[in-house]
Amino acid sequence: MLAWSIYISFAGALIVALLPTGKFALVRWFALAVAAVGLAIDVAGYAAGFAQGPRTLVDAAWIPAMGIHFLLVADGISRVLVLLTGIVAVAGVLFSWNVETRVNHFFAFYLALIGGVYGVFLSADFFLFFVFYEIAIVPKYFLIAIWGSTRREYGAMKLVLYSFVGSSMVLVGLLAAYTSSGSHSTTLVALAHAGLPASFQMWCFPLVFTGFAILAGMWPFHTWAPTGHVAAPTAASMLLAGVVMKLGAYGCLRVAIGLFPLGLAPWGFSIIGLGSWRDVFAWLAVIGIVYGALVALAQTDFKFVIGYSSVSHMGFVLLGLMTLNQIGVDGAVMQMFSHGVIAGLLFAIVGRMVYDRTHTRQLAELELMHLSRRLPFAAWAFVFAGVAAMGMPGFSGFVSELQILVGAWRVNPWWVAIAGIGIVISVAYIWRALQKAFFTDKLPTPEDHPKTGWHSLGAITWPEIAGTVLLGASTLAVGIYPRILLDQIEPAVKALLAGGAQ
Amino acid sequence: MIQAAIPFHPAIVSSAAAQALWLIPAVPIVASGLIALLRRPYRKIAATLAIGALSFSLLFSLLSFCYVLSGWAQNDPVREVVNFTWFQFGSTAVDLGWILDPLTAIMLAMVSFVSLLIFIYSLGYMAHDENFTRFFCFMSLFAGAMLGVVISNSLLLLFMCWEIVGLTSYLLIGFWYQRPAAAAAAKKAFLVTRVGDVFFLLGIVWLFSQTGTLLFYNYGTGSLEGTALAALVAQPAALGLSAAGAIGLLIFCGAAGKSGQLPLHVWLPDAMEGPTPVSALIHAATMVAAGVFLVARVYPLMQAGAQPGGTTVALTVIVWVGAATAVFAALIAIAQNDIKRILAYSTISQLGYMMAGLGMGGVAVGMFHLITHAFFKSLLFMGAGSVIHGCRDEQDIRRMGGLKVDMPLTFITYAIGMLALCGFPLLFSGFWSKDGILEAAHGWSISRAPFYLLLFGVLLTAFYMTRQVCYVFFGYWRGRQTAHESPKTMTLPLVILALFAMALGAIGTPAWPWFHAFLEDRAVVFDLRAMADPRLLALMTASSIVVIFGLMLGWRFYGDRSPKPEAPDALEKIAPTLWAGLRDRLYVDELYGATVVAFYNWWARVADWLDRCIWGGMVAAVAALFGLWARFSRFFDRAWIDGGFDKGCEELSTGGGLLSRVEGGRAQNYLRILAAGVVALVAILLWSVRP
Repeated sequence: MLAWSIYISFAGALIVALLPTGKFALVRWFALAVAAVGLAIDVAGYAAGFAQGPRTLVDAAWIPAMGIHFLLVADGISRVLVLLTGIVAVAGVLFSWNVETRVNHFFAFYLALIGGVYGVFLSADFFLFFVFYEIAIVPKYFLIAIWGSTRREYGAMKLVLYSFVGSSMVLVGLLAAYTSSGSHSTTLVALAHAGLPASFQMWCFPLVFTGFAILAGMWPFHTWAPTGHVAAPTAASMLLAGVVMKLGAYGCLRVAIGLFPLGLAPWGFSIIGLGSWRDVFAWLAVIGIVYGALVALAQTDFKFVIGYSSVSHMGFVLLGLMTLNQIGVDGAVMQMFSHGVIAGLLFAIVGRMVYDRTHTRQLAELELMHLSRRLPFAAWAFVFAGVAAMGMPGFSGFVSELQILVGAWRVNPWWVAIAGIGIVISVAYIWRALQKAFFTDKLPTPEDHPKTGWHSLGAITWPEIAGTVLLGASTLAVGIYPRILLDQIEPAVKALLAGGAQ
Repeated sequence: MIQAAIPFHPAIVSSAAAQALWLIPAVPIVASGLIALLRRPYRKIAATLAIGALSFSLLFSLLSFCYVLSGWAQNDPVREVVNFTWFQFGSTAVDLGWILDPLTAIMLAMVSFVSLLIFIYSLGYMAHDENFTRFFCFMSLFAGAMLGVVISNSLLLLFMCWEIVGLTSYLLIGFWYQRPAAAAAAKKAFLVTRVGDVFFLLGIVWLFSQTGTLLFYNYGTGSLEGTALAALVAQPAALGLSAAGAIGLLIFCGAAGKSGQLPLHVWLPDAMEGPTPVSALIHAATMVAAGVFLVARVYPLMQAGAQPGGTTVALTVIVWVGAATAVFAALIAIAQNDIKRILAYSTISQLGYMMAGLGMGGVAVGMFHLITHAFFKSLLFMGAGSVIHGCRDEQDIRRMGGLKVDMPLTFITYAIGMLALCGFPLLFSGFWSKDGILEAAHGWSISRAPFYLLLFGVLLTAFYMTRQVCYVFFGYWRGRQTAHESPKTMTLPLVILALFAMALGAIGTPAWPWFHAFLEDRAVVFDLRAMADPRLLALMTASSIVVIFGLMLGWRFYGDRSPKPEAPDALEKIAPTLWAGLRDRLYVDELYGATVVAFYNWWARVADWLDRCIWGGMVAAVAALFGLWARFSRFFDRAWIDGGFDKGCEELSTGGGLLSRVEGGRAQNYLRILAAGVVALVAILLWSVRP
């Protein structure tokens, strides 16, 4: 059933592109309907997936000569991420309600991107995986380059170049694995069972992992993320942070760790305390956590703060993956969901509620605007989202970060100790941004200087409220009752860790 | 000196009271959620919801308290836990749960009672505030979360409620966020306590990794029970500490953050920017005491591995930090002029006493001071609020004076609170609880120094409180507008609390140590002869003399004088340098500003620069490199490949010219060529077939 979410998104993209131009309302409602149907399918598929192992959705020979299958499989991890995609997709449409230039094309690209993301999360054939992975990259470029703001061509190009460099690394690694395994099938299972020699995995793992981790914002390959996020229109930055970065993390888990588990074994020697690729990537993740938070602290652009916070939070995902134990990887998958929802909400507030009204993202200018009084909903939504982002108990981030930290502690307590610094700084940058953007009542007041940037701000509209409620409820539900996700994640991760991709 | 950890065997079957205990925090939280949905004008509904929910909690708390009490009286101690699995991965489960035991029961009763009084008081205090509903929403959430901290039987659940408490504290300090000082104070409070909380979180993670559970008690498998503790003690960590000691210290860092212990105390005085009921409830009676409560709750862990009569590293650290905080904060309190700030520093100082008491005398000694302090300190804060309200938002004590005439009820209750805080002999609860701590300090096996520090602190307390009372209530009025007495909703809670500030001492005297017996689960007998113990008598006399000396000293300096607001302080005339240092809070904030904050800012800027220049530069360099390559390729294309192509084409065309000359259309030329060709062909054939 979940496979239909892919088809519907692509079909929707096609139809939206063909709808009459100029009928904005029709296009918006149609896009919302497509996304909502997708979400409904995801929820139904998700609900049906409890107590159910991996399930093959579609299996058809595609290019038999090379053993390429159109193979879609959903296990717990996929289902969680597909659900995330559905939620963010609906919210993204809601927060794009005010797009008025080339609306048809906007939503066509948007839905195509969603379809590609669904495809990646469900495909179990590396060729198919790769095709969807590339499909997801292309609409991103157009979304940013056409509808973006600040240095949009630069941001779009940087993002696409990084993505392609990453995916070319992945492609090289996978082709090498395919040829050297002598397998006649491109399914992930076949590759995992091909018995690739340890020496091969040892060089192929870092290649593929890095290739994917670039898209997950791993330090020091993260700089595409903030500039891309800032340049993107609201819905695109929501998708970018919400799901596209997850594609990278998902690839790291499903493909890199799933296919090349021996690549994580110790080298047998150590350089500056690093004894395996696992150490290397875990430390990069830890550095990313602290570094992203620090840079966020020094930003003057509101959206950059959120952009860098994504780097920091994705560091937790990568750290969780590198724990290679049940609780840590569970936490990583959960953090993917959690960050997807929370970052989506943060970007929505900054991009849609604030920027689209004030036309500035400079904290220094926002300080003068008394936004807490003029946009109280945005202010309190940001308090909510910010609190969730800093890992407050009751929200999803707390449960996932806690699991990652426990998992990491079992491997190396120092990772946890240093990641802890990142947690403190995350409080600082969130409150700093919150204070400056919303709660500083600096002069001038409207009476004193009626002209300085003091145009009237439109009221918060219903799609914004609906989107906020959707995303907020998701993070709250998972935070209070984490078993919603964990019951699905746990068996899937267990299987994956036990024997590579099953 | 330290009592052995109280043996704890939870009953297998928990009673209905324990089963339903979760309702106590849940009802106020639900009420808070409902209030959040209300719009601003629905003030009455908001207040009714908040107060109704809390009344329910109070009622239920008192019932639970009676239940535990009756069990104790019948020699059938109530220790019941209710645990459940929150989520599970593999074979490991993360459990949460709640607990009903004497410690919980006492805290529940205190927290819900004081909270309810302060809620009622807020009706009057916040009556004119436009965000009345928001206030009660946050206050209700706070009360729920705080009650959650109290009933938690799991370090994780405790931490979760703890963080929500911290969040509501943030929201309430910044309640008047239009004031930049309030906004900054809120941020600071959250950030500083969060520093402690990260250590706390590390402790939680460590504990979970070692023991596989975060439950305190779970029929023998909890983390505070024998098996787990023995394993933790046996596990060496670092610097000669056992895992138990290291985890204990990490947890204490969290407690120190919340309870304003040195060096994380800086947020608490600034937190006074919040409305006064908030200061009374959160920053005097309950939240800041949560750190002390936490240490009391995990006391078996803190104490694990101690020899009989000895102590542990964790407890020793707690004692020294507590004693140092007690004196440090009391010193600073002397030179403050804001009525609430004086009380804030006094709170920090008293929290130091509690910590030291826990470290030296065990759970009951520290907890008794916590309970008495909660009553008299919230009394003082609400009295201060009444003064501020009566003086129309004036907080500078130099601009008050003579209020004993204008606000008689406030004056009397305030004086009772002040005497209780100073530990005035016999009649006041503070005397008995503080004496318990001094007695424990006197008998501490490691060093006598904390005893003298704490005794010095008693002198300072009496001195600064006398100074404050003289400035506010004696002399003549120096403010602008005349003062008036506060409404009944505000004075009634004052009277009730004043009664408690006196009466509570009765349950913890050496003659009838009911409180200690209840917490430590032993029988209590009334025995006046216990008072006649010579050591005890000497200590009580000594502390009484010190208190009275402090009061007299304060009166001598400040008495009925009413100096002009601009005039230098009496003490300032004697020792200006010392005064300036104390007034500027011994420069701790400045120190942090110059070190930690500056360091982070610098680091953040360096990282930002790295991102822009190095990583961005690398990208730019790669881009430039490719650009160069592209240009080179273009050049190569133009100069060589295209050149070659062009050349080739040229050759072709010239060749074509040549050929065209050949193919001139003249038949004889064709024939000539044909003939030559035939000759050549024949020659080749002949050549190839020769034998």
